[in-house]
Amino acid sequence: MSDTHAQTVAYVRETMLPQATPPVSEVGAIKWLRENLFSGVLNTILTLVGIAAVIWVVQAALPWFLHGVWRANSLSECRQIIAESWGEGAHGACWAVIRERWNQFLFGFYPRDLYWRPVLALALLFVALAPILFAELPRKLIWASALYPAVAYILLWGGSLWVPISVMAGFGVGWLGLAIARRTGLPLLAPLAAVLLPLLWWLLLAGPAAGMLERAVPLWVQEVRSDKFGGFVLSITIGVAAIVLSLPLGVVLALGRRSDMLLVKALSVGFIEFIRGVPLITLLFTASLLLNYFLPPGTNFDIILRVIIMVTLFAAAYIAEVIRGGLAALPRGQYEAADSLGLDYWKSMQLIVLPQALKISIPGIVSTFIGLFKDTTLVIFVGLLDPLKGITDAVRAAIEWKGVYWEPFIFVGAIFFIFNFGMSRYSMYLERKLKRDHR
Amino acid sequence: MATVSDAPKASFRLSMLIYDTRYRSITIQVVVLLLFMAGAAWLVDNTVRNLAALGKDFSFGFLWNRAGYDINQMLVQYSNDSTHGRAMLIGLLNTLLVAFMSCVAATVLGVIIGVLRLSPNWIIGRLTTVYVEMFRNIPVLLWILVAYAVFTEVLPAPNAFRGDNPTASMILFDSVALTNRYTAIPDPMFARSLGNIDVGLFLVSLDLVAIIAVITGSVLVNRKILASATAVQNATGVRPVTWWKSILVLVAPVVLLLLALGFHAERPVLRGFNFTGGLDVSNSLMALWLGLTLYTAAFIAEIVRAGIGAVSRGQTEAAFALGLRPNRTMSLVILPQALRVIVPPLISQYLNITKNSSLAIAVGYMDLRGTLGGITLNQTGRELECVLLMMLIYLTISLLISGAMNVYNNSVKLKER
Repeated sequence: MSDTHAQTVAYVRETMLPQATPPVSEVGAIKWLRENLFSGVLNTILTLVGIAAVIWVVQAALPWFLHGVWRANSLSECRQIIAESWGEGAHGACWAVIRERWNQFLFGFYPRDLYWRPVLALALLFVALAPILFAELPRKLIWASALYPAVAYILLWGGSLWVPISVMAGFGVGWLGLAIARRTGLPLLAPLAAVLLPLLWWLLLAGPAAGMLERAVPLWVQEVRSDKFGGFVLSITIGVAAIVLSLPLGVVLALGRRSDMLLVKALSVGFIEFIRGVPLITLLFTASLLLNYFLPPGTNFDIILRVIIMVTLFAAAYIAEVIRGGLAALPRGQYEAADSLGLDYWKSMQLIVLPQALKISIPGIVSTFIGLFKDTTLVIFVGLLDPLKGITDAVRAAIEWKGVYWEPFIFVGAIFFIFNFGMSRYSMYLERKLKRDHR
Repeated sequence: MATVSDAPKASFRLSMLIYDTRYRSITIQVVVLLLFMAGAAWLVDNTVRNLAALGKDFSFGFLWNRAGYDINQMLVQYSNDSTHGRAMLIGLLNTLLVAFMSCVAATVLGVIIGVLRLSPNWIIGRLTTVYVEMFRNIPVLLWILVAYAVFTEVLPAPNAFRGDNPTASMILFDSVALTNRYTAIPDPMFARSLGNIDVGLFLVSLDLVAIIAVITGSVLVNRKILASATAVQNATGVRPVTWWKSILVLVAPVVLLLLALGFHAERPVLRGFNFTGGLDVSNSLMALWLGLTLYTAAFIAEIVRAGIGAVSRGQTEAAFALGLRPNRTMSLVILPQALRVIVPPLISQYLNITKNSSLAIAVGYMDLRGTLGGITLNQTGRELECVLLMMLIYLTISLLISGAMNVYNNSVKLKER
């Protein structure tokens, strides 16, 4: 080619030109600015408006943050310090309220010398969660997760050690019954034994057994009553318990809603739509006011436990809807493939359908969890001291902190933000990790 | 040749109820039904016995008794001589009012932020991300309380507007006064009002009825105009210009009616220590509205962003290849597809707003929860009836909204196969 050209064209360059540097406007910061901030009239206007907004917020808030006082004993002392160091009329944050009431925000009115117990429970929570969240860890650790509820109960509420032990023993009874019934070879007996024996144990024997053991071998930890709970200990207790309990219930409800059995389906739909149709507050009201009507006369149990039950039912309905979406999004071929392999219903659900459906539902499930954790602040309306309004009001009720608004809000909001943002980032990580298709 | 033999005619055994798939589902359903009925009977029996033990009966007769408490914000007439039932109605209307206001505002704000979040502009992208993450990850109760604190703690008292050198001033051309006790806004008034008509439960302003009738008529006529334009376009290929007709039909009759009725807005004016004239909107309503709006807008922004992102780029390109202009592309190709993705979660956000409006209790706004589930419940001591009725009302609202959503979903569903 070049030979022919050499004869037809007068001059042909034979060496490459040295690479020229790109124009100034096409490199580095200037190029970035042009492309990202000033690529058109509208874009420029948006940029300027954005910058103005940032400047306005910073101007309004920065001095307030910079003038913050960390060491003071009352709001008036805070104001005095700010006025002395920044001049009359200067505004500033009084972080001293957080510093002084820090324990109350975290623990409510939990006894001061027992603070280590909720802290230990939280630390152990991460140990218990680790084998569930990260598949790389040894499988044996799952036993720690299974034992965690009993440990957490003892750490948080205290009381007789035999109570959680006898409750946990119910699972052992069920497992034992299952094993023995399998031996007999009688049909029907195994599932019945696995369900009925633990129920009988819990309803009839667990209480007396715990009492007897307690009398024989007293194992006692200092008890903390529910009305001492408050702040983030309360939020996290309710949130974690409800999250853990609502996921399996939600899966069952979702399967029920997609079931072929008319009655099961109708009951599931009715339950889900009822729960989703009413505000959480009315359910909490039911927990605090109506359970006395619905349960046998004389029954009275812990308000935190009632709230956990109601929040669990509430979250389960939402999770059921999310998982139903996942089940519906799964291609029909997967169900048919499971059937053609000869798997029965539970096997096909457990091995084929649910792993995929749950994977699809992860973002929805996590955002339901985030919503649930945020909703734990509503327990203030049944008289529990949530960190947001309950504790904040309690702090403001003290004469030295009367009138302090923004600092507690910012502090509590920041903690909620950290938890929830962390959860949503973890769900993104999980989505990436479980992704099997290459797009 | 293989012979097909019938399955052995085994006699019925009890175990077939579990292990034979022909009977198993019936067995399970019977067991479930029995358990359900037993559970329901247990609950009802407990309730009856508990009520008997407390010496209470189950009746809604208290709804016709005198309420005896005042409500600070009401849409229709109410006094403390009215019945508990009427207080409940006031609460319900207040719930619907704040829910409706929040839905509208949150949609507007959410759409703006969602679209801005897609902008290639770096600063705007970051700012909207910060907005969305901040509001989504912090409880709505906090936003409502913060909004309330802003209204009650930061804003000036009404008497700060007094004097020759007031420390506070009204905004929006001296028509709105933000004070720490209420927000005074202009009150729409009719000089030649048609009066009210009593429909039993409440008075209906005939002016409002007339305005709604005229607007409905205008919209219908406008639709006719557009339809005939489309017919002309289909026949000749040229779309007649209709925008001035539309504007004329939509605007002129309403303006004429307003003029005929002598419509004017009465501004709030400071007299003594308070603003008179104008409407006083309680700060609890403003705070609830603001909190719900800011919070829900973050969710709506994400929904809008996902919806627009769900329409593949090929659709735009195909529309351009067909020669559609950008705005026609938007209205005919992109929006219908995006809306199919956006509307269902949007409606469930509306449901969430309605349910979250029950947080009104935190700022003392008298919604359904504040009247029926609050003061009425405490005064009459009828927890069971009040909570059940409250649940029933919320449930009805929710079912109505989701019913409307199902109708919409079916009308826009992709018709496949």
